[in-house]
Amino acid sequence: MQKSLDTRVTLIKPSFGWAALNLRDLWVYRELILFMTWRDLKVRYKQTLLGASWAVLQPFLTMVVFSIFFGNLAKVPSDGVPYPIFSYTALIPWTLFSKALHDASHSLVSNRHMITKIYFPRMILPLASVLAGVVDFLIAFVVLIAMMIFYGMAPTSNIWTLPLFLILALITAAGVGLWLSALNVLYRDINYVLPFLTQFWMFLTPIAYPSSMVPQKFQVLYALNPMTGVVEGFRWALLGSGQAPGLQTLISALVAVILLVTGLVYFRRTERQFADMV
Amino acid sequence: MTPIAIRVKNIGKEYRLGQLMNTYRTLRESITERVRNNKQGIEIDSTIPNSIWALRNVTFDVNQGQVLGVVGRNGAGKSTLLKILSRVTEPSEGSAEIHGRIGSLLEVGTGFHPELTGRENIFLNGAILGMRKTEIESKFDEIVDFAEVEQFIDTPVKRYSSGMYLRLAFAVAAHLEPEILIVDEVLAVGDAEFQRKCLGKMSDVAKQGRTVMFVSHNMSAILRLTEETLVIDHGQLLLRAPSQEAVDFYLSRGLTQEGQRRWLADEIPAKSAPFKPVAIRLLDKKGKVIDTVRSTEESFIEFEYSLAKAVKGLRVGIYLITARGEFVFTSFDTDDEESFIALSQRNSGNYISRVRIPANLLNGGRFVAGVNASSYRIKTYFHDEQALAFNVDVSGAPGTQWPEPRMGPIRPALKWEIKTLDHAN
Repeated sequence: MQKSLDTRVTLIKPSFGWAALNLRDLWVYRELILFMTWRDLKVRYKQTLLGASWAVLQPFLTMVVFSIFFGNLAKVPSDGVPYPIFSYTALIPWTLFSKALHDASHSLVSNRHMITKIYFPRMILPLASVLAGVVDFLIAFVVLIAMMIFYGMAPTSNIWTLPLFLILALITAAGVGLWLSALNVLYRDINYVLPFLTQFWMFLTPIAYPSSMVPQKFQVLYALNPMTGVVEGFRWALLGSGQAPGLQTLISALVAVILLVTGLVYFRRTERQFADMV
Repeated sequence: MTPIAIRVKNIGKEYRLGQLMNTYRTLRESITERVRNNKQGIEIDSTIPNSIWALRNVTFDVNQGQVLGVVGRNGAGKSTLLKILSRVTEPSEGSAEIHGRIGSLLEVGTGFHPELTGRENIFLNGAILGMRKTEIESKFDEIVDFAEVEQFIDTPVKRYSSGMYLRLAFAVAAHLEPEILIVDEVLAVGDAEFQRKCLGKMSDVAKQGRTVMFVSHNMSAILRLTEETLVIDHGQLLLRAPSQEAVDFYLSRGLTQEGQRRWLADEIPAKSAPFKPVAIRLLDKKGKVIDTVRSTEESFIEFEYSLAKAVKGLRVGIYLITARGEFVFTSFDTDDEESFIALSQRNSGNYISRVRIPANLLNGGRFVAGVNASSYRIKTYFHDEQALAFNVDVSGAPGTQWPEPRMGPIRPALKWEIKTLDHAN
């Protein structure tokens, strides 16, 4: 209170074209990001029978299905790592990503009562949805540790880089989440597009198969998908399989940053219509 | 000179009609629109207005520490003004300067989640309103006290009664300490006790020297809390005046002719069909249209309307409301058994429903007649709480031998019996 007693002047006027990103406002409201994240988590598994176990069951059951059909029946190679652990290592960052996309894209529309009644930086809603996924990720990660112990695998000395790949996944999710959430306010087509987008994106990411299966001449194109960099990074840091980070990781990181920056700009540009359109 | 808290210059807000009708577009519509625009140039239908101004050319200042009321009919633009000032939506033109931390209360309990407990919601709602965690912590006990929910603080709010829910929601908002507070009709919800409590808190806030903008339909709340009031109609600022004057002005507006009000086509909402209000008039006992009735004489209020097709169970009635916003009575034309049965269906056509206001009923002062046309539990066709304002003159009424004003909205001529008891000397 004391701090805000300065006669801060807020100027309200119509904005046209490119709006300033105004990230300072986001900083002022940083506590709200945490509160919204915490609310999402608190509410997520209310009135469910299995509660937080869903965070594990989703990637785990997908891994079981993949292991049966791709690993056992189709004999998809897995870089010399047991197929279940090969796919599960990729599925946990992927689940984080696809869930963040889903929750973020609905975050503005499902909180429309807040958007039409009170001011706060609107970005908080999709960003909190992305952050809330981290807790689920950590729960699912514990199961990965158990699996590694079961298969008698030790993490590589590169494990310290894992948080960096997690951040890369979050940047990508935040970028795409900002795009989708803003688009969803204006065009509800996003509801129909999203399931396909997620499905296609999953096949374009080396989850069920190793990226070494992709022909050499497509490798650079393939790396344009930032989730490739994330999944490859996870396998490299934890299992020591696949390629060490290099040019492709750099391309992935660059694309992720571009997605985030354009997402921020697009969001800011459309934000002014949210209260009237949502 | 007192420093300025809010300075509003030529603010305007334009809504595209499409935005009001369909809340969202689909991608296809947006693309086809674009293609069409390219083919035929930018202006397609210049004859049909495709936008409306919810607010236009509004300019005013609010000094620090001032409590300013805002009144206007539904749809006049009050809420749009508050939404712009609280940064929920952007203006289409003009600008506003806000000096200091602003807190807006367009609704109580924004962001409350039914699954979370009272305690959790206090923190969440506080953060949404812009409070820091430490600030909420330091006021937590006060908030719980004010809301009177100590026992239920760890119960999910979905188990709260609506009264408890409102008290808690208001309590959080009331403990926000902005320099400028913007409040929209918060008091329209909740029971009388809750409203009394809210008004008390609001006047405390005002006494602490904070700037307040307060929108309400409750004229007595406006008169009690504010010194000055803005009157807004059709998106325009009509008047800024000391509250009593502004309230009088507001209540007497809508008269095209004294003692009579005719509804223009654009004042009738589409959803009122097949009912269409035509006019409301105040008549003296000879049937002449008047704007001041004498308390000692009977008078009539007549409501003229038409029905485009037969309506079942229609009842047409009036409310009588004092200038301070208190209801005096509500009465419908089919209140008595006989006409209720006889008029179970009204065929299409033109009608007048006329009610006799008996002599010696109303006290002197200004009153407002409202109208309501509805089928019980089926539909309210038309409703206007401020259809016609008129004066009542008390000269010659019982008790006027003493020239003091009498309390209360009615002044019935009552029979008194005075008995002399034996004195115990």
